[in-house]
Amino acid sequence: MPVLDRGLPIDDRWTDLADDQDIPAEGAVIVSLERWRTERDALTSRRDAVGVRLKSNQLATEIADDLGSLSLVALEFPKFRDGRAFSAARELRERFDYKGEIRAFGHIIPDQYLFLTRVGVDTVVVPADRVGPAWAHALKEISVAFQPALGSEEGTSLLRRHLKGTVPA
Amino acid sequence: MPDTHSPAIRSNQPADAHAAVYRYDEFDKTFIFERVEQFRAQVERRLKGEITEEEFKPIRLMNGLYLQLHAYMLRVAVPYGMLSSTQVRRLARIARVYDKGYGHFTTRQNIQFNWPKLEDVPTILRELAEVDMHAIQTSGNCIRNVTTDQFCGAAADELVDPRVYAEILRQWSTMHPEFTYLPRKFKIAITGSPNDRAAVQVHDIGLIAKKDEVTGRVGFTVYVGGGQGRTPYLAVKARDFVPVEEIIGYLEAILRVYNQLGRRDNIYKARIKITVNEMGADKFIGLIEEEYARLPRQKFYVDPAIVDAIQTHFAPPPWVDLPAISDSFEAAKAADPAFARWTRTNLTEHKTPGYAIATISLKPIGGIPGDAEADQLETVADLADLYSFGEVRVTHEQNLVLAHVRKDDLYPLWKALDAAGLGTANAGLISDIIACPGLDYCALANTRAIPVAQRIAERFADLDRQHDLGELKVKISGCINACGHHHVGHIGILGVDKKGEEFFQILLGGDAGTNAALGEIVGPGFDYDGIIDAVETVVNTFVKLRQPGEIFIQTLARTGHAPFKEALYARA
Ligand code: HEM
Ligand code: SF4
Repeated sequence: MPVLDRGLPIDDRWTDLADDQDIPAEGAVIVSLERWRTERDALTSRRDAVGVRLKSNQLATEIADDLGSLSLVALEFPKFRDGRAFSAARELRERFDYKGEIRAFGHIIPDQYLFLTRVGVDTVVVPADRVGPAWAHALKEISVAFQPALGSEEGTSLLRRHLKGTVPA
Repeated sequence: MPDTHSPAIRSNQPADAHAAVYRYDEFDKTFIFERVEQFRAQVERRLKGEITEEEFKPIRLMNGLYLQLHAYMLRVAVPYGMLSSTQVRRLARIARVYDKGYGHFTTRQNIQFNWPKLEDVPTILRELAEVDMHAIQTSGNCIRNVTTDQFCGAAADELVDPRVYAEILRQWSTMHPEFTYLPRKFKIAITGSPNDRAAVQVHDIGLIAKKDEVTGRVGFTVYVGGGQGRTPYLAVKARDFVPVEEIIGYLEAILRVYNQLGRRDNIYKARIKITVNEMGADKFIGLIEEEYARLPRQKFYVDPAIVDAIQTHFAPPPWVDLPAISDSFEAAKAADPAFARWTRTNLTEHKTPGYAIATISLKPIGGIPGDAEADQLETVADLADLYSFGEVRVTHEQNLVLAHVRKDDLYPLWKALDAAGLGTANAGLISDIIACPGLDYCALANTRAIPVAQRIAERFADLDRQHDLGELKVKISGCINACGHHHVGHIGILGVDKKGEEFFQILLGGDAGTNAALGEIVGPGFDYDGIIDAVETVVNTFVKLRQPGEIFIQTLARTGHAPFKEALYARA
């Protein structure tokens, strides 16, 4: 499925492996949390990068200790209304200081895209028939943010300007 | 032009120059117009079939657009209930041009329009944006419009003006990237007075602002996990004092815990009240504290400079020095008994000598609670300009308030209100009823609610009788979702469906005030005709039992429910 970065499809180097698929000798792979736990040694002994998929009920704490070995964490949206992954992404970045790629997949609508980037998500997987200008546009529709979050934000409101890091020692 | 004391009118400023509403700066304006255009594009995509109704639903809900029984309904936010007269006139215009000539004020201090057309909604939102208004987050599973005390900034008993903090919370929660797809809707209420007029304990988060007497520091007691609906709970106290500078960080912690652990398998169990009660309050509060301890707190620190900057929007209006007693007011009361009666129920003490807070009843006998016609809205706007610095407030009891009226002006004010059908002397009395839309508008309803309210008001139409009964709050919901707050009515009425017929249960002893309490069902329900008699039986029983000076809930607390039960069911 196409992967979007900043609204545009990119060449994706990752292979998303189902649990019953063999691990290929080469190439970056994304596996489920369960598989990561049981086949960790096999996965880390390869030369190529490993990523882990979390279901929406699997919190960031589940992989906190493993983040050093993971180049990507993929967060699932089983339904776009299930917003747990927004917190998972934010925890990965803010609490666990994760610097690798965060990817969102599943049922996601363009109207969530800006929020996703603001909680630390880098890339979004979308079905081929849903790729279109709406995604890039969604990042530009609103230029103002009222609260501190993650990512580079241009416009700011009074509240954000003041909330931003002016803490007395 | 009628005589006016408005300093703004006299000095050729806009008449509402001193109204305490938050006025948008360039960022706010940029945001609000971008948001309107975003929604216009979303509506177009929906009309072209590019997104499904299921996908459009959360988007329209995030913009206050509901689908009701007969049509779309647009719920417009009135931030913490404050309006300028310019805004009130715009609402009147919207009612006239895009609706059927009226609007409906809700228990969350908002206004709803019941008949807008989908194609018109982006244009309505633009008209609102022009006067610093919007419909954002008035529905959907996000942080909703923050509500507060309708008398803030004017009440004699207030310790801290909650509006500046309500505005900070409004901004913080607007399009919050992490908390816009919560398990369920999320409501925050805030009060700054020890006499809670905002029902904070039946909200997802309730904040009581207070000032440390010694240090002068302002902060909040934080309650969490209250709510009405089908499983009502009073909120539990999470922390006794969170200083203002830390409040955003603390709320982030609460919401993050809820967003991750709140139930998403069953919408009736998805509110934070269920999470708190299934997990146990201690455990939940422990999780909040852990989350808060590790948050990057600097990031959420509320700089005193921002409090000061926002405070300027809520500067007190230019009151003048007046004698505490107004001779003309006293004379008018003595001469006109109908006015005197209105002053007994519809006035509240103001903190400044010579001024009073006036409640405008939207509950005329036999009317629809909370409805206001476009003409009436314009009358209120004009009167606000003349007599109350161009400012109007919406109360959670679905009335309006002019908060700063000179006592000298009260008589002409009341006469003008009365002429417009807005002068009913019933604030807080048995006919000042909260009723949900019920079967008249709502797809989930089991029963009617508005007609029940109308018939109770008609049964007790005699204002002298109402005044004799004293404070008595009747609240009616057309199903267990409790939009009509029946759990916290002194007399609550709950509509239920019994084999296809409407039945009404009576609850007694609820209270939305400082001594918040949930009412208890007294016994089997009554049919549509029987419920009015039953209410009258309860009231007559109270009259028989009351001691001098007692109001209904005081008598009930003293006697217990037994005598009322007996009166209701003895003959059966
Ligand atoms: C067609 C119209 C409406 C529908 C379908 C509707 C639906 C609902 C539902 C399903 C709930 C329960 C939510 C829960 O606790 O999980 C609820 C609660 C509530 N609604 Fe409504 N509602 C409608 C109109 C209104 C109106 C007009 C008002 C205000 C005047 C209102 C105010 C409330 C309030 C205060 C609650 C109490 C529950 C709480 O927040 O704890 N609703 N509504
Ligand atoms: S209480 Fe029930 S009937 Fe009344 S508005 Fe709410 S959902 Fe509808």
